[in-house]
Amino acid sequence: MHSSYDRPSLLHRAAAVGGLVFMHFPVLIIVLYAFTTEDRTYQFPPPGLTLHWFTDAFTRSDIWSALGLSLGVAACATFAALVLGSLASLGLARSRFWGKEAITLALILPIALPGIITGISLLAALKLANVELGFWTIVLGHATFCLVIVYNNVIARLRRIPRSLTEASMDLGADGLQTLRYVLLPQLASALLAGGMLAFALSFDEIIVTLFTAGHQKTLPIWIYDQLFRPRERPLTNVVAVMVILITMLPIIAAYRLTRSSEERS
Amino acid sequence: MTAAIEFRKVTRSFGSVRAVDDVTLDVAAGEFFSMLGPSGSGKTTCLRLIAGFELPNSGHILLDGVDVSDVPPYDRDVNTVFQDYALFPHMSVLENVEYGLKVRHVAAEERHKRAAEMLALVKLSDFGERRPNQLSGGQRQRVALGRALINRPKVLLLDEPLGALDLKLREAMQIELKALQRELGITFVFVTHDQGVALSMSDRVAVFDRGRIVQVDTPRGLYSRPRNSFVAEFVGGANVLSAKLASSLLGLATPVAVRPEQMRILPAGASGEAGWVACPGTVADSQYHGATLRVQVRTSDGQLLTVARPESSEGDDSVRTGAAVQVAWPRTSVVELETERG
Amino acid sequence: MNVTGGGALSAAGGWSRGLSTFFYRRPNQYVLLLLVPPLLWFGTVYLGSLFSLLLQSFYSINDFTAEIVREPTLATYKQLLTQPAHVDIILRTMTMAIAVTVACSLIGFPVAYYMARYATPRMKTFFYIAVLLPMWTSYLVKVYAWRLILAKSGMLTWLLDTIGLGRALDAALATPVIGGPTLASSYIGMFIVFVYMWLPYMILPIHAALERVPRSLIQASADLGAKPGQTFRNVILPLAFPGVAAGSVFTFSLTLGDYIIPGVVGAPGYFIGMMVYQQQGLAGNIPLAAAFSVVPIVIIAIYLTIVKRFGAFDAL
Repeated sequence: MHSSYDRPSLLHRAAAVGGLVFMHFPVLIIVLYAFTTEDRTYQFPPPGLTLHWFTDAFTRSDIWSALGLSLGVAACATFAALVLGSLASLGLARSRFWGKEAITLALILPIALPGIITGISLLAALKLANVELGFWTIVLGHATFCLVIVYNNVIARLRRIPRSLTEASMDLGADGLQTLRYVLLPQLASALLAGGMLAFALSFDEIIVTLFTAGHQKTLPIWIYDQLFRPRERPLTNVVAVMVILITMLPIIAAYRLTRSSEERS
Repeated sequence: MTAAIEFRKVTRSFGSVRAVDDVTLDVAAGEFFSMLGPSGSGKTTCLRLIAGFELPNSGHILLDGVDVSDVPPYDRDVNTVFQDYALFPHMSVLENVEYGLKVRHVAAEERHKRAAEMLALVKLSDFGERRPNQLSGGQRQRVALGRALINRPKVLLLDEPLGALDLKLREAMQIELKALQRELGITFVFVTHDQGVALSMSDRVAVFDRGRIVQVDTPRGLYSRPRNSFVAEFVGGANVLSAKLASSLLGLATPVAVRPEQMRILPAGASGEAGWVACPGTVADSQYHGATLRVQVRTSDGQLLTVARPESSEGDDSVRTGAAVQVAWPRTSVVELETERG
Repeated sequence: MNVTGGGALSAAGGWSRGLSTFFYRRPNQYVLLLLVPPLLWFGTVYLGSLFSLLLQSFYSINDFTAEIVREPTLATYKQLLTQPAHVDIILRTMTMAIAVTVACSLIGFPVAYYMARYATPRMKTFFYIAVLLPMWTSYLVKVYAWRLILAKSGMLTWLLDTIGLGRALDAALATPVIGGPTLASSYIGMFIVFVYMWLPYMILPIHAALERVPRSLIQASADLGAKPGQTFRNVILPLAFPGVAAGSVFTFSLTLGDYIIPGVVGAPGYFIGMMVYQQQGLAGNIPLAAAFSVVPIVIIAIYLTIVKRFGAFDAL
């Protein structure tokens, strides 16, 4: 719809830029606050800048254990999601059977329904089954929507691979496993990587469902959340927030670029 | 002598649709065999059945006398050139061509050598390191060809391989493929919807219509002795006269076919030669094709006849639209058809 | 490989080929094998728990023993829908959701329009990433950031004071109902945060819908004599509307279900999400929490059917 012959009004341009600035400044503020010397209030502008909160955070064992838990959960959830999501997309990509539409629709639900529904459902079911809440219940919740993310990534890629490629491979003498290894996997690698990174980032950042399924465990987001209500560690929280930003945004950006470049190539 | 390929009452359905309906056919070893028909007629499905990409619902498929109905593609001595070439985009041309050897665990040195030889055969020797997306359509086709031949299969299947090429390239490839087949001596099964291609290259052609084979014959046989109106119209675009018209003009009980190039246009009221049949009508339209002029004439009972005649460098007035003319043809050029399409 | 008799090659590899051939002959079982693990997981973990939630909404809690009575009853729903406090909560949440949706549309549309209409192809990627980046940033970090910004000594107060609007802020905060002691504990503050969070979810579908408007339509409209304003109103806006509808689905459902933002940046009034979280926590009243969760599902389902008429599904 791009038109080059008329120019936007100044007001319009200001509104557009204003909108963008509005969307970005909060995160920048957090990064700024991570360096403030003031530790009691959220005073703006910050009275001074310092790096010592960063070194402080380094010594805190509770932050380290929360970080470790988040990484561990994300790793397990991502692994499970990669396996299950790939199986699901391989099974659904090229088959036709009764009930396929229903399954495809069901697989959208974890993303379509608000996180609180997933959270309360899991909690309700776990309580009903008398399962103790902890590491594995967190992984359970995360793996479910990570599965959907991997599935979406892989199936989008699979659908762009013509069926004739696998047929050609088998025609030339390769059995199913060889075809997977020499033809399918190299083409799916970028989608698997992108899906995995996305799943990892989303699991690491997850708070909405995790609050329901974590029991007494503290992931890094839960650590931050606690600080929102008992703010004793304001500057440290900022540092942790910056940490979370980095650990989650970088894989997502990488995943985005992977997906874009594979789309452009095909 | 055992047929290279044999279909015995093979049926393949998709849901309620019978893509291949009770088909029986033989392909002789070393033959250039074409399967011709409009899209949806079942010819491609038959090809896929031979390759092993589809399993028949009923019937048997034999290769060299051995029943291979449930043998997977990688165990059949058949290779395919796909319509979209299906080259592996993440591999180089050389890697594509040697793929068949690689998956059969042939040593690297040996397979590089044979792949290089194959590239020479398809005249792409310098292209080994390129990627498929750096090649033109014609080049990709040669790679697909080389890749399919590296295993020295007994049968080569080609699925509409010339469709994506422009006219000049297509004609050149036709000659090359035919020469290649003769040189290698293997059986070629060629699927196409283009009757010109089928006629010019094949030893025999099977004409498909709605899942069934209507006629299997040599190109000349198909052209001069079509069995029914479908074959007559599809192969060579004959004029098919309905049984009614046939009986009134010729006193025959069956529908008949007459080739456009055997017809002439005479001025209205002119007397015809002996042994010729004439039919009055008006000129509806005409198309100039360089060497020939094709004229559509509408007869008094509404049938449209196409006449193809050699064209002189100036046109003449007798075929302007709306002119009243007669269409005439020799009685001997009439072919009696067994049935209407049926 | 050599040909041994007939048209079939001898089996060259071992178990791998045998396995492949086995599944070649039984394509249905192959699909089943692939699908059973993920679907089993998904079915039991996700669908199963959704089902158990629905089931538990039909249970009730014994007020005295605080134990869940596992007998089907409508008492919990009755309790949900008849107690004025509960109805208040639902209405409050819906009002906020609607307000946020409207605000996001009004702010998001100019941005999306600018992106689609005036941005050069190079700028477009920049804009696109600029909209996506906040979406990719951690949800909790963003909420936390706003807590800082809206705090009494925080950035927003400082900004408004500096440009002389400090009085206006005080006046706004003094408004009954939506005001509060600070921005960080008022509905105004909550509203701002919600709008911020879901803005990208509104901008992207609108942008996609606008991108799909063929340039030729706009030119045809001008060609037929319409002024730019008329073209906008009669051609562009109706075609962009499905994008707005699609975006509204996100903003509406995300606001309805959120429980963290009202708790962190909010006035004392309860929202649906908070009720759910609270009821299952301290009170242990899972049936009531379940019943409360069913409300947004039903509302969203109704909203989806309404919005489908406006073609939102094609724009998704």
